[in-house]
Amino acid sequence: MFADLPLLSLVIWTPIIGGLLVLAAGSRNALEAKALALLVALITFLLSLPLFTSFDTATAAMQFTELHPWIAAWSINYHLGVDGISMPLILLTTFTTVLVVIAGWEVIKDKPAQYMASFLIMAGLMNGVFAALDAALFYVFWEAMLIPMFIVIGVWGGPRRIYATLKFFLYTFLGSVFMLVALIWMYLQSGSFAILDLHAMPLSLNAQILIFLAFLLAFAVKVPMWPVHTWLPDAHVEAPTGGSVILAAIMLKLGAYGFLRFSLPITPDASQQLDWLMIALSLIAVVYIGFVALVQQDMKKLIAYSSISHMGFVTLGMFIAWRIADNTGSMQGAGMGIQGAMVQMISHGFISGAMFLCVGVLYDRLHSREIGDYGGVAHTMPRFAGFMVLFAMANAGLPGTSGFVGEFMVILASFKANFWFAFLAATTLILGAAYTLWMVRRVVYGEVTSDKVAALQDINGREFLILGVLALMVLLLGLWPAPLLDVMRPTVEHLVQHMAVSKL
Amino acid sequence: MLDNLHNVNIAIVAAPLIGALIAGLFGGAIGRVGAHTVAIIGVAIAFLLSLLMFNHVVVQDAGIVTHSVYTWLVSDGITFEVGFLVDKLSAMMMVVVTFVSLMVHIYTIGYMAHDEENWPEGSGAGRNSYQRFFSYISLFTFSMLMLVMANNFMQLFFGWEAVGLVSYLLIGFWLKRPTATYANLKAFLVNRVGDFGFLLGIAGVLMYFNTLDYAAVFNAAELHKDLTMSLWPGAEWSVMTVICILLFVGAMGKSAQVPLHVWLPDSMEGPTPISALIHAATMVTAGIFMVARMSPLFELSETALSFILIIGAITALFMGFLGIIQNDIKRVVAYSTLSQLGYMTVALGASAYAAGVFHLMTHAFFKALLFLAAGSVIIAMHHEQDMRRMGGLRKYMPITWITSLIGSLALIGTPGFAGFFSKDLIIEAVHASQLPGAGFAYVCVLLGVFVTAFYSFRMYFLVFHGKERFRDVHHGHGHHAVHEPHETPWVVTLPLIALAIPSVLAGGMYITEMGFGNFFGAAIQVLPQHDVLGQLAQNYHGAWGMVLHGFLTAPFWLALAGVVTAWLLYMKFTHVPALIQARLQIIYSILEQKYGFDRFNDWFFAGGSRGIGRLLWQWGDVRLIDGLLVNGSARTVGWLSSVVRHVQSGYLYHYAFAMILGLLLMLALFVIAG
Repeated sequence: MFADLPLLSLVIWTPIIGGLLVLAAGSRNALEAKALALLVALITFLLSLPLFTSFDTATAAMQFTELHPWIAAWSINYHLGVDGISMPLILLTTFTTVLVVIAGWEVIKDKPAQYMASFLIMAGLMNGVFAALDAALFYVFWEAMLIPMFIVIGVWGGPRRIYATLKFFLYTFLGSVFMLVALIWMYLQSGSFAILDLHAMPLSLNAQILIFLAFLLAFAVKVPMWPVHTWLPDAHVEAPTGGSVILAAIMLKLGAYGFLRFSLPITPDASQQLDWLMIALSLIAVVYIGFVALVQQDMKKLIAYSSISHMGFVTLGMFIAWRIADNTGSMQGAGMGIQGAMVQMISHGFISGAMFLCVGVLYDRLHSREIGDYGGVAHTMPRFAGFMVLFAMANAGLPGTSGFVGEFMVILASFKANFWFAFLAATTLILGAAYTLWMVRRVVYGEVTSDKVAALQDINGREFLILGVLALMVLLLGLWPAPLLDVMRPTVEHLVQHMAVSKL
Repeated sequence: MLDNLHNVNIAIVAAPLIGALIAGLFGGAIGRVGAHTVAIIGVAIAFLLSLLMFNHVVVQDAGIVTHSVYTWLVSDGITFEVGFLVDKLSAMMMVVVTFVSLMVHIYTIGYMAHDEENWPEGSGAGRNSYQRFFSYISLFTFSMLMLVMANNFMQLFFGWEAVGLVSYLLIGFWLKRPTATYANLKAFLVNRVGDFGFLLGIAGVLMYFNTLDYAAVFNAAELHKDLTMSLWPGAEWSVMTVICILLFVGAMGKSAQVPLHVWLPDSMEGPTPISALIHAATMVTAGIFMVARMSPLFELSETALSFILIIGAITALFMGFLGIIQNDIKRVVAYSTLSQLGYMTVALGASAYAAGVFHLMTHAFFKALLFLAAGSVIIAMHHEQDMRRMGGLRKYMPITWITSLIGSLALIGTPGFAGFFSKDLIIEAVHASQLPGAGFAYVCVLLGVFVTAFYSFRMYFLVFHGKERFRDVHHGHGHHAVHEPHETPWVVTLPLIALAIPSVLAGGMYITEMGFGNFFGAAIQVLPQHDVLGQLAQNYHGAWGMVLHGFLTAPFWLALAGVVTAWLLYMKFTHVPALIQARLQIIYSILEQKYGFDRFNDWFFAGGSRGIGRLLWQWGDVRLIDGLLVNGSARTVGWLSSVVRHVQSGYLYHYAFAMILGLLLMLALFVIAG
């Protein structure tokens, strides 16, 4: 019954229109606006559920498609659809948005309606990015989505928010421009903006390499990959808690999604030619950033660096396919790498979101993110400490939590490509545990270090609800990841087959 | 019938898990008695059902029980499952784990009875600490069972890390103590170094076997024995050697083999019941169990076996030396555990897997006993752990005393006691082994016997005999401050007695089958050319004969010499140890520094990592990337921000929302117009 509704349009436009209504309501009554925001977020989440329950796991084709002409002169269409790669990311977006609305409930005192509205509109636009099957439409959503994020950081951010916003803007904007040029060039060659047409479009190696590099600039900034990652710690530190959650849980995934939707299928030969670069950058992210995370004194910075390190697994898993083929003579294992990357994306959405919420809980009480200002929190906030240790363990990739699944799969797959890839990737077992648990030791354990810590109140029902739901998701995905894998299997298999065929 | 057994397996792991969840999540509501009752019932169910499985698989010899419970995930044609394999090896492990765990659960009622004293006033974490402790040890039992009952490498790794997690939580249980949270972080990280190798080993298995299922891997092992892989140009390694050494690195972490042993002595920061359960009887033996489980793989690499032999031998002897100079009662037992783990490892390296696992079993009983007895002494001494302030406790604590003596006699290998059979078997097996390194290992394990006897009876005499030194300590407070030590309550002494029985009997009962018979059946596979136990079996004439022969062999006389030396030094000529210490200052300080491992690790690994981190951050991120690349456009940023500053941030969102609104209107217009 749901399949007849234009579900994708609904999950895009419900939060956007709802966000505008919240904005309108906000000038009259803040509580009313917040309640409306929560309602909109919940409706959007419920609307997105049939995407999962009615999803056909037997096909790699696009589902829930909608196609309307938009700008006929340039053959740009309002073309939507999801496959096993994009559908889970839409669910992650709608889910996270509900949590962010609840998380900001009492905390945001300044212009709460506008705050909520920003997140709702952002959610709709991000859903649009994941659902768009037309490159021009994709680009519009891709750029538009940044505006609410700039607002969130710029208005509700910390003292250096202008610097952080500008750095964020410059990085992402410069990257996106190159992507736009590449898309327009391909349109001029092929006469189509349809992403699936671009997948099939023949391209010379030189053209592919230029297009690949243009995409790389856009996507690598978003992931972010070393060395274009330095905007992320600044953005996180200045962003309000909700902004950090969305940034880490969803926005970083957009870059990785771009690699899967554009780079790998449109430029397979260039991806093969340049996979050494991608693998090297990924491994640098895992190891280099792991060491950098170790010495951070600011909890948000630490988690931001940890995010970059974990995203290294995502890009590593995506680009080892041809090395596996070289080493073992078949592409078997490449699918595991890509699926591992996907699982890592979803899992990182839960875990990093939860970690930022944990820091938010502390920040709301003590107005400090410095590790040194805490110590012995377990004595005054025992329930919070339980959650914090759980999410820290998940961040360290403990089996039984979602953090393990993706890393495990990517390490298994990369061993097939090269022993040393797996060796370097697996250092995260040590580094990830070191920086996360060392932070836990200094923040949660020990004696109560100050009167401020002694006065801390444990988490309230609202905070318990958010962290509890995330804890359930982290455990569920860790103990039973099969449903997620089943959803993406045909799509990933199709992608691997597509990658194996040269366009030359 | 078989379906029922499958349900039994599920119940075995579910019972302690449910106990842990109830005690942990609802500890406040059900109170202390409620928490320890559910936890003990859960573990008791697991123990009884484990006996049932043992009966089916071992006593009735009705075949192994293996089944999948659910599919964890399917990727790229490879199915990862959660499933159980109960064969003779796992059945024995299940019984040992659940039995020791049950004893420790009961003991904990007494040991943690006054745990509120260990927490600061008003600490939220201290509110239900008693219940939380029970939750953790039940969770540990669940994790350990998942580990030993696994039928595939994925689940093995799951259990492997899960026991590590609980170990982390329990070492740092008294979380206000900096030493405890230092120790648990250290334990977790050192174990992660081992897991790093272990995971790579598993990845290697998957690459070459395309499955992680034990049975499928072991059946195909033979086919892969001549494969090689290139680790770096010009270095062709046998695939089996690479995989086995990587897997063994995992065992080195979990079973605390040199140089990854450093976490175990510090883990004594945890409450004593978990030292007995986790850091002596069960978790630390997981590495031994794992290698025995993988015997079809390890048999194919003599290089790996030699490596194991040498690592084990070094651990067995040199960790024993460290036990000699400890004054903390728990640390003596901890170093003893390290040394005994070395013995087990040596057995594995000599392809005498059965002997290693046999020693694992007897050791679980007598070492859990020794730890719990040490804990009983600690209770009586009001949490004093320094043996120099004990002495003469024999007459105050008769049960603790006699059970400790039994445990010590078993540990040093007194003929007839459980430890004698398993340890003698290891020594003989190493003697018979032809692998490179076996000669060195033999010398180490033989000398180790003297060392073991010496530190064990040094401890025994210092605690239970001689002058009642605890009376001297309190002089400052006036003599009425001396608490008369007295025997601990029955919940503490009952487990001591229950563990003392198998510490005596388990050796003689099982030596024929486990040592020389085919107790483990197909679970352990040994190639004919490595079968040292098979060779020894030719000269074996029953347990009684072995005991009688035991009095004539070198290990017995070495052990006796150790006991006599301890008696001379700590009972007879008590001024001599100080003289020796003064004369051999260099050796003493080397031992006191624990060969410098901790210092080196702190300096090189901990300090080095932080140094690299700071370097990469300050020079890489801040100066190079941000300084040169980004803020090369710093002027741009400065200019832009000066522009933005003119736009009052209060109005910024108006502009931005207006922008979005416009964009959306445009979109809508095109859709409608189109």
